Amino acid sequence: MATAPVLPGGFELPLEPRLPRLGSVDAVALEERAAVLATRSIKREAKLFALDLAIRMMDLTTLEGADTPGKVAALSSKGIRPDSSDPNIPSVAAICVYPNLVPYALERTRGTNVKVASVATAFPSGQSPIDIKLAEVRDVVEMGAHEVDMVIDRGAFLSGRYAKVYDEIVRVKEICAGRAHLKVILETGELGTYDNVRRASLLAIAGGADFIKTSTGKAATNATLPVQLCMLEAIRDVHEETGRVVGMKAAGGIRQSKQAVQFLVQVHETLGLAWLTPDRYRLGASTLLNDVLMQIRKERTGRYQNPDYFTVD
Amino acid sequence: MSERLPVQKTYKLFIGGAFPRSESGRTYLAEGANVSRASRKDLRDAVRIARQAGGGWSSMTAYNRGQVLYRIAEMMETREAELATLCGGPAEVAGAIDRMVWYAGWSDKLAQVIGSANPVAGPYFNFTVPEPTGVVGIVAPSKPALLGLVSRLLPVIVGGNTVVVIASEPHPIAAIELAECLATADVPGGVVNILTGQRAELAPVLAAHMDVAALDLAGADGDAAELEKLGAENVKRIVRGRADAQSPYEIGVPRAEDGLAPDRDVGLSFAAAAPGTSQSDTEPRCGHALQRRRSRE
Amino acid sequence: MSTAWDYAPAPEARDIVKIQERYGLFIGGKFVEPGSGERYTTIDPAREEPLSEIAQAGKADVDRAVRAARDAFANGWSGLRPSERAKYLFRVARLLQERSREFAVLESLNAGKPIRESRDVDVPLAAAHFFYYAGWADKLEYAFPNRKPRPVGVTGQIIPWNFPLLMLAWKIAPALAAGNTVVLKPAETTPLSALLFCDVLRQAELPPGVVNIITGDGRTGAELVSHPDVDKIAFTGSTEVGKAIQRNLAGTGKRLTLELGGKAANIVFDDAPLDQAVEGIVNGIYFNQGHVCCAGSRLLVQESIYEAVVAKLKRRMATLRVGDPLDKNTDVGAINSKQQLEKITALVQSGVDEGAEIYQPPCKLPERGYWFVPTVFTNVAQSYRIAQEEIFGPVLSVLTFRTPDEAIEKANNTPYGLSAGVWTEKGSRILAMAQKLRAGVVWANTYNRFDPASPFGGYKESGFGREGGRHGLEPYVVLDDA
Repeated sequence: MATAPVLPGGFELPLEPRLPRLGSVDAVALEERAAVLATRSIKREAKLFALDLAIRMMDLTTLEGADTPGKVAALSSKGIRPDSSDPNIPSVAAICVYPNLVPYALERTRGTNVKVASVATAFPSGQSPIDIKLAEVRDVVEMGAHEVDMVIDRGAFLSGRYAKVYDEIVRVKEICAGRAHLKVILETGELGTYDNVRRASLLAIAGGADFIKTSTGKAATNATLPVQLCMLEAIRDVHEETGRVVGMKAAGGIRQSKQAVQFLVQVHETLGLAWLTPDRYRLGASTLLNDVLMQIRKERTGRYQNPDYFTVD
Repeated sequence: MSERLPVQKTYKLFIGGAFPRSESGRTYLAEGANVSRASRKDLRDAVRIARQAGGGWSSMTAYNRGQVLYRIAEMMETREAELATLCGGPAEVAGAIDRMVWYAGWSDKLAQVIGSANPVAGPYFNFTVPEPTGVVGIVAPSKPALLGLVSRLLPVIVGGNTVVVIASEPHPIAAIELAECLATADVPGGVVNILTGQRAELAPVLAAHMDVAALDLAGADGDAAELEKLGAENVKRIVRGRADAQSPYEIGVPRAEDGLAPDRDVGLSFAAAAPGTSQSDTEPRCGHALQRRRSRE
Repeated sequence: MSTAWDYAPAPEARDIVKIQERYGLFIGGKFVEPGSGERYTTIDPAREEPLSEIAQAGKADVDRAVRAARDAFANGWSGLRPSERAKYLFRVARLLQERSREFAVLESLNAGKPIRESRDVDVPLAAAHFFYYAGWADKLEYAFPNRKPRPVGVTGQIIPWNFPLLMLAWKIAPALAAGNTVVLKPAETTPLSALLFCDVLRQAELPPGVVNIITGDGRTGAELVSHPDVDKIAFTGSTEVGKAIQRNLAGTGKRLTLELGGKAANIVFDDAPLDQAVEGIVNGIYFNQGHVCCAGSRLLVQESIYEAVVAKLKRRMATLRVGDPLDKNTDVGAINSKQQLEKITALVQSGVDEGAEIYQPPCKLPERGYWFVPTVFTNVAQSYRIAQEEIFGPVLSVLTFRTPDEAIEKANNTPYGLSAGVWTEKGSRILAMAQKLRAGVVWANTYNRFDPASPFGGYKESGFGREGGRHGLEPYVVLDDA
């Protein structure tokens, strides 16, 4: 079992071949750029294109203490066939659940292209001993989950113990490598500044993340447009410097189609069309799906829609 | 043909952008109506709400605050006839509306007139920037019922403070009518809170409240000394505003006279301002200057 | 799956605004025919289509307008209670806000600028200027304590075509707030928003003659400048014309303010937030197609990060959308006129000829209309024409520096001095640079930000006098010596 080298005084990573500049982020300018991108007017065919993408790239999620096999089965069915009246509506990318519910999600999605993602590492807080967190990851991978969404230790990050944060990611990645893809949740709402979001992004990528993800969805602030932009810029820098491809997942707080489209526009104008695929981009959401279905039907029929006409699951 | 029976109005308090009755359920008779009689608990709640509203109000751009004040003037203009029956008449209402417009134009200029870049003797940049004080308590003048309240209220909120007002006890209804203008003018809830009731009961509670940062004792009359003593416990900034003042400096010069000064052009009144004011305006007042040092490495 | 995500056309509807077939001159509160009957056509530069017939004001018309302004000044406006003057200006501000969509569409049609800019920048700022100066009208004594501020009289104002409505607001608002009356000449190619503004004046019930709008080309401007009964001239435009005006007014005692050209340096240090700095560079020179006097037309990048910045810049330029100004997704609109397009083309050619390296992202331009692809030159020497002369188009020149002192030296090494930008995380450096840069406006970690509370104007040949803020009142008042 490899142990990560203890990081020297500052914050330096053994990332090959060359480290992208750690750099700083100007908050006002970042937010302004995000705001301007959000004014893009996406209509008609372009909107349908985006809405279709939004479903294809969605991780349909339920992460509640009250989740049961029945709930997860229903959600999985919805994810496989979101709109029974319209065969053109694609399946979602994945179902995202707590570890105990993984077997039920797997059972329901067997034979389809819908993946099962499980949260792990003492989600959402991450405030448990490393051994317990690693055991959880092992179990989840053994059960057959295709994707693991881990949380970073924000307590360690905010108190400057970057080595510990890095070490945990490396060790989780070791368990996952070759069997499940790893998303690393930064919990941007707790990090305080965009500078920290950028640092955490680069740290997670250095540790082996296949995807970096904004939030657990359990904090006060989840995915925002400026935060995603900051993370996309870090992903872009890594790609430019090293050629490595890392994916992005925006999760939490995205309830309306209009927002989802804004998130996609940002990816389009920052990383290009190549990143608009479920292998490189995901939207973590639950109520968003029906809103997208309503918008699709509105585009097709010209009428504003009524939620009663769309199944809850 | 029989006359139509009008619907009688109930007058309530104005707290957090809403119109609740007093938690005590009490009213008192004023101007022929049962007006809510606020309790110390209502006042406690109002201060708490004013504090919460402070962050949003002070972080709005000055331009935005100015626009909100101008909108209050728009609302008052449409209610001019009603307001005139509740105070000294149309002249007082016109004066109050124009004063509202006057202060609306100050929000994005205050920093330019009161602030400064100071040429200190060292390799530093040194700025003085006016910042809001926090929650300000106002004991409104007994009269003029509308203009008196407006004159005391505006300098406080234009700079980003929030306020709890104890309205004129004998003439409270103009205050509630004004509150209706505020409620419809995009003023965020909690920025202005108006309590009607008995001054002798409420003013000491306001003066003693540890989370009220400043006090305007315009309507305190004989009780001013006692209230000032109570305010000393948390070192409140205390002024005794004039019922008809119009100035961005908020000079706390006590004046005996009451009554309405009609439409003075401010240019003239500036030249005629009370002596000694140009010295005392370096003293921080409600909503004014805080020294800040910025160093260059 | 599609190979591209084309944002479908998202045009703002044109029919919100009614453009008349022809316009007269707005003098004494109403539209009148030009003395000579002469008219010219104003067009939509994105489609090269005519929009309206515009009056050419001749000497007699200018005289008529000045007399109307003088009458209004003497018989009412200057004697009006300042708080009443303020209320007129507040009305104008509100009306501009109410009719913002109309004005935004008209501005994009006539000037060629993207609707997103007219809608989000030009029109809101114009309304804000009136709102801001409305508040000063009855507070002049606070702006100039002990100096008894009073109006200058009749002011002649000549504005450019790059921000037609906004420049109108910058001129008229402080002039009126201080109690003056106005004769304003909009730019030849962009008269329409000024003419629509006359309708706002009607709705605001502004007394006749307080604002007079006379359209025409350079001849009209020259007549206005030399009219003996104009007390003050305010001019925004090219340095060449500004100097001519200054010569013309020499010895006359007439008050003058000039807001002329610029060749601003946008300075990026190695500790700058890079992606945001690139946004700032792009905003600095491609905003409004580079038709901005304070445009960051020289990028001064610290040599240690030159490669990284230029690579990011080129990539970012490739995502700029050039096209129909009325499309809500357009980033870069049309060049305002054929004349300007020819100027830009010639200067860009000189850059190539002198040996600079040109880059233009692949860009499909519309068939009709005046367009120029966003361009960047690297390998530029200070002495090249593209580094010295104001291009007034979407063309950036990149130069490098090694130390802060060298950056200052290069930035200041120009007869202009309107603006500059500084990109660095270090606060102390921002303040130090601001102090040493010889420019009227210094932006730190941002660019092209305007506010009515912030005085704008230049050093050196970029002009004198300030617009905006308390200082913006100064040119419009007579003051006693303290």
